[in-house]
Formats: sequence, structure tokens, C-alpha cells
Amino acid sequence: MTRREHSADSAQDFADTNYPALLAELARLLPANSLLQVNEDVKPYECDGLSAYRQVPMAVALPETEAQVIAVIKACRAAGAPLVPRGAGTGLSAGALPHPQGVVLSLAKMKKILHVDPVARVAVVQPGVRNLAISEAAAPLGLYYAPDPSSQIACSIGGNVAENSGGVHCLKYGLTLHNVMRVRAVLITGEIVEFGNHALDAPGYDLLALTIGSEGLLAVVTEVTVKLVPKPDHAQVIIASFGDVMTAGDAVAAVIAAGIIPAGLEMMDKPATAAVEPYVKAGYDLTAAAILLCESDGTAEEVAEEIGRMQAVLEASGATRIRVSHSEAERLLFWAGRKAAFPAAGRISPDYYCMDGTIPRKRLGEMLMAIYGMEKKYGLRCINVFHAGDGNMHPLILYDANVPGELERTEAFGAEILRLSVQLGGTITGEHGVGYEKINSMCDQFCADEIRAFHGVKRAFDPEGLLNPEKAIPTLYRCAESGRMHVHGNDIPFPELERL
Amino acid sequence: MEEIVEEFRSRILERKPLRLRGGGSKDFYGGPLAGEVLQTGAYSGIVSYEPTELVVTARCGTPLAELELALAARRQFLACEPPGFGAATVGGAVAAGLSGPRRAMAGSLRDFVLGVKIMDGEGRVLKFGGEVIKNVAGFDVSRLMTGSLGTLGLILEVSLKVMPLPVGDATLRFEMPQAQALDAMNRWAGQPLPLAAGSWQDGVLTLHLSGAQAAVASACRKLGGEPLAQTAAAEFWQGLREQSAEFFAGDAPLWRLSVPSVAPPLDLPGEQLLEWGGAQRWLRADADAAQLREIAARAGGHATLFRGGHGEQRAGGVFTPLQPALMEVHRRLKQSFDPYGVFNPGRLYPEF
Repeated sequence: MTRREHSADSAQDFADTNYPALLAELARLLPANSLLQVNEDVKPYECDGLSAYRQVPMAVALPETEAQVIAVIKACRAAGAPLVPRGAGTGLSAGALPHPQGVVLSLAKMKKILHVDPVARVAVVQPGVRNLAISEAAAPLGLYYAPDPSSQIACSIGGNVAENSGGVHCLKYGLTLHNVMRVRAVLITGEIVEFGNHALDAPGYDLLALTIGSEGLLAVVTEVTVKLVPKPDHAQVIIASFGDVMTAGDAVAAVIAAGIIPAGLEMMDKPATAAVEPYVKAGYDLTAAAILLCESDGTAEEVAEEIGRMQAVLEASGATRIRVSHSEAERLLFWAGRKAAFPAAGRISPDYYCMDGTIPRKRLGEMLMAIYGMEKKYGLRCINVFHAGDGNMHPLILYDANVPGELERTEAFGAEILRLSVQLGGTITGEHGVGYEKINSMCDQFCADEIRAFHGVKRAFDPEGLLNPEKAIPTLYRCAESGRMHVHGNDIPFPELERL
Repeated sequence: MEEIVEEFRSRILERKPLRLRGGGSKDFYGGPLAGEVLQTGAYSGIVSYEPTELVVTARCGTPLAELELALAARRQFLACEPPGFGAATVGGAVAAGLSGPRRAMAGSLRDFVLGVKIMDGEGRVLKFGGEVIKNVAGFDVSRLMTGSLGTLGLILEVSLKVMPLPVGDATLRFEMPQAQALDAMNRWAGQPLPLAAGSWQDGVLTLHLSGAQAAVASACRKLGGEPLAQTAAAEFWQGLREQSAEFFAGDAPLWRLSVPSVAPPLDLPGEQLLEWGGAQRWLRADADAAQLREIAARAGGHATLFRGGHGEQRAGGVFTPLQPALMEVHRRLKQSFDPYGVFNPGRLYPEF
């Protein structure tokens, strides 16, 4: 068939694909239990962790080997059918939402830890290996894999690579980007490539950095080498209470200004502590307008020195109450509340919608005040948990999908938070990815030329636009149609496009 | 400043090959110099610096030394220690993507790049990334630009993550042969120690510790070794970062082998200096490029003719050639950002 070039302007049309022939070919290439086609089998793949968006896929391929991955990719390319790579399906931006005319390529069966090297401090794993399983395998060696997204018990390393996942320890230990050394992947042509290596750099452009966080648009990951780091032998956490959110936000800046890089620095507002306390009984100060959790890790001497400095800064910044964990059990209890924020939201509300903007730390208080205003405007409650140390916010908007109009109000509320994030000098997504969910908000953050450049990158890897189409990077048509246009100077955005 | 950007644009729109040049400190690095020089030095200055946000944004022509002074005044620094080689600019440092002695522990320059503003081959100003640490909106073009040797676009502005200067600092020396030094550096890197850098030359392992005072003191007690006085230590690490140390003097070709830190001592035809805990191995030798690349590849890495060398050694390019599938992606990226082949032709690979 003729190959269509992926375009920045408008979405692909895959209507002329011969699906019966493709499915027959996939059935020939894969073991019987590696190809799902009937409705009850493919239904579980209709959404990822963001269940507000659903689409039943045409088929799900579950290859067990790299050779099978290559075969599936080649067959789909020959048929001109789109492919949606999928890890554990825990993503929160509908990045793994199936394409109505496409095949879901699940890497879940490729879940072997191939090699753990205690001296080189690396683990070589298949993409379906769970994030936490890597740290568990490395634990006997006194090592661990640092990025710890809250879904780490279930999410896979391949998905982490696709999303450049973070967690609560990013400020000190970095994101997936900083902890992955090498990715082996299959291009849409079926060719195997390696980005990075076991040295500290590779020749040519940094395609490893480009691939990490590319949301499955550039290549399909078949193997990952992660960096393992020594497990700190000691950790302590401070809980500091504040009478108002602006003071709490300023305290975050003060900690950093004092030259301290906490292992974790989290903020919860009063509605958030009120939601989690009955659930986990962490002993949070329910009278505080906001609390900060500030953690230090390292050697015992290091932690003692740093906790002392942190405490002094927090006191000087107006903390009304300070508690320091004095045992590992107490430290875990202090964290339990923060880690239970999402389930607690699910407990006090039928549905909730998690946002993921990042803003400069000094604007945290300002953002919270604006969110309190938006709660009134949209008539919806919001509880706020922030990775304050890196300015990444997770406001959880509470709603009931069964009440007509609430989901739409929630989406409008969320979109307003994201627009404000961009205005405050931040970004629409810190760690959850754009996926399908935030694709219109991309038009708020980037101008037409920048979006064209992203499509240029996409074409460099996947000229026909078969890998995860209509995700992460909006078409210019979509930006024009959604009325979301980021204007640089006096440029008229998308002048060449019809307005509908 | 706007006029300077307009000047850049009009030069780019002529669609003739340009050689992007900041301070000219790395004219020696990469493929042959081609095209008319476009000096970026005038587009200079720190745009914003917020110590509490741990981020600084500077124009490409800002001298690296000026940036580092501004950071030092607030007790912060660039933990990846990019070399200045005299007159380096911020834009040049990012385009080259080189990192200094702390790289193995602190991360590389690309790890600290948060955002860029570039002008592409069609004169368009594009912004990618930003000033926040966590940002996954769009492909990571900022880091793609890092180390691309100016072949994809003219970097106008860069935002870099900065770090507080650690309070505790010590440098220790140990006499030991290379194999033992490699073993020690890898073993220690797997323990919770405040390691900043490790280097070996001529039977001497030098270790840099940097972190909380208590942690450095306790590591010194644990590791032993011979402490090096503060001034001598600073001079030693500076000598490696800026290649002003004795090892780098003279005209013999300088090769850089980037290999896994656990690679055993390599049998190379010349004097060696190890950095990055064993992951970066410098060699002074008039060696055969193909042979060195073969040795580096067998060790799991690659070899670069970093400085010097003659026609035959440089003929196939100074960097390790790419496999065809990767070269094709490179070509297409180049085509997308620089369709008329304006920027630094041949500086990274002879093919583009």
C-alpha cells in the first residue's frame, strides 16, 4: 500500500486498512494466547489509569519476545494500522487509550529481570518488569532504583520510560531520565536500535533523552538498563504545620534557599489532611491550613545535621508546630497519610480527577489561593497534594460522574488550573504525561511552530505516524478547532487553517 | 538584544553554511570547521536567576565564567562542572555537552538542562522545556540540543538547574595500581558515601568527597588514604576539568574512551588517565582510530578523537560512527530542524 506521511496539520485516517487480513497475519505470528480479539478479552484494555476515556481496541497483541514485537510492528506497518504500546496500564493521562482502528501492543508478558550487577550498579530488565520489582531484586545488594511513582507497586519500567515518571524523591534523585542508562527499542521499520549504553554517554544526538517521555510515539521499548544507587541507611521526616498556605509556600522556598536538597518535600492543604486522617490516622495537625513533610536521608550523621538545619529554617519561616519522626515506624506513619491521598479522595467522593501541572515553587501559595477561588466558580471541591520540592502539583478535583454536567465542569476546572500553570511560568504536566487527556492543553503551552517541530521529531522516527497516533502532540487542526491557541508576540496562530 | 536576534535570523535566512561560535574555546572539538562564522558573544547576559528555584537562565553568549561567579555569590554551582577551556560561553558549553570530574556522581550537563530557546534553520524562535524540574510536555528537545554541536539550531537561551554548594569537602589519595583502583571506585560507589569524583593516573587514585560536613568526615575516617590540602586539591580537580593538568599538555593526539566504569584496565598504546570512577579514560597516543574504536566497543563503549590528530585519523570523523538505522534518524532530525543545512555542517558527522 502507499505510505502516508505523518502530518502536523491534521489527524491520520486509517480507514483503508485491511483488518481481517492483519488479524489473520497476527494470529499466524503469535502464540494463541498472545493475541486477544473477542470483546470480553479486549475490554480490559479499553482504558488505562484514567478511566474517564475509554475505547475498546480492535485487538491486543501480547508478544513474549523481542522477535514477536518486531513481527507485530512489521505486520501493522505493512497493513498501515496504528499501534498503541502499553505497559501496566497505570498511566493517568490516557496515553494507552486504544485507537479505534488500531492494535494495542502490550509489553506485559516481557517481564524478566535479565541481569543485576552489584559492582556496575545496573539492572537490565524487560519492559514489563514492575518498578518496585527492580528495587526488590536489588535490595539484598544494598541498592535500589530511585524513581518511585506512587503506582510503583504496579507500573512497569517500560511505561516509566514512556512517561519519564517521577515520584516523591525527584528533587534529590532525579526522574526516570536521570536513572536510565540505556534503552533497547524497535523502530517502526522493525529495526532494533539502542539508545545510550552502559558507559556514561553515547555518540551522536541524545536520542535516549528524546525517547524517555516520548509516550510511545517514537519506538517500542524492549529492554531497559537502569542505574541502581546505594540505599541510604537512615532517613527521618519532619511534619511542619502552617497557619496559611502562602507562609507554607514561602517555607518551601526558604528550605531550598538555605542550601538544603531534601530527599522529599511534600505539601498537603487542610482539605487533604482532613480527607486522609480518618483513613490512616497519621496524627496530622488538622487545624493547620497546610502541612509540609520534609525528609532527609543519608548516613546517620548526615541526617542528624540536615534535620537540625531543616527544623531551624521551618521554625524561622513561621511553622506553628513541628514534629520529627523518631523511629522508622513513625516515619512511615507520617508518610502513610500523604501516600493515601488518592485512595482517600476516592473514599470521600464518587470520582476524582487528578491534575499534574508544575509551577515555580515560589508560586505555590498563589496557585492554591487561585484553586480555592475556582472551587467556588465551578461549585466543586478540590483537595491538594503537591510535590512542593519540585513545584509539581496534584490537585484532586472531586466530582460525581453520575450528576449531569459535573464531569464537564471538572474538565473546565482542570483546564483552568493548567492554563494558570503555564501563565505562572510552569507546565501542564510534570510527570503524568500529555496522553490523550491533556492534548488540547498542549496548544496553551506551545505555539504552532513548536508543535510543528514536535511533529518533525515524530516523523524522524515514525514517518507514517503509526505509533500511538493522536496522543501527546496535537495536530494544528485540533488546536485551531479547540480554540486553544498560544500566541507568541503578534503572530496569528494557524493562519492557514480553516476555523470551524 | 532584539536587534542581535534579528541579525542572527537574517544570517540564517541566507541559507548558507554557518559556523556557530561562542568563545571559540572548543574550535578544536568535532569535525572540520566549515561555513562563515556566526559569533554569538554579543547575545550575552543572565536573563533570570532565582536561587530558591535552583534555576538560572542565560543567553548563549554569556561567558560560562560569568555565570559561575553569579552562582558562587549565592553559594550555588553547576554540579556537572562543564569545562570552560578559557573563554567558553553558556551556549557553547551546552552545544558541546561536555561535563567535568563530578559527572559520574552528579550527572551530566544534559541532566541539568531544563529548557532552551533556539532559532531553527528557518529563522523561527522555538522554546522547549522551561524553568521547572518536572516537565514532560512535548518531546525533550532541550536535551536533544545538548551535545548536538550546534548542528540542529542556534541555541539562544538556556535554563539550567543549579545546586547548593556542599558544605563538606575533602580529597583523598591512595597509592594503588589501576585494576585495584577501578575495583575500589566501583565498590565505594555502591555504598552510601558522599563521593563526588574519582580519578586515577600513574599508580595514584584521587577521590573527591563532597556533601554534608558530618558525612564527609565520617567517610574520611572510613576510607583512610592520604588527605590532600585544600588548595592543592582544588588545583588538581581544576586541572582535570580544564585539561590544564600536565597529562593534557603537548601535541600528542588526545583520545577519550567512554566505557562502563567496570571495564577492566584497557591495553592501550599510550599513557592513560582515568576519570568518572573509571567510565572516562583519556589516552595520549598516535593510535589507529579503527583499532581504538574496536577496543572501546569491546569494552561496551566508544572512542572520540578529542583533540589533535592528523588527517588520516580524523578522516572518518572524530566520533564513533553510528549504525545505519540510528544515522537515518539523525539525518531526519537534522533535516527537520535545519532543512537547508545551515548549522555547523560536518561538525558532528561527515554525513550532515
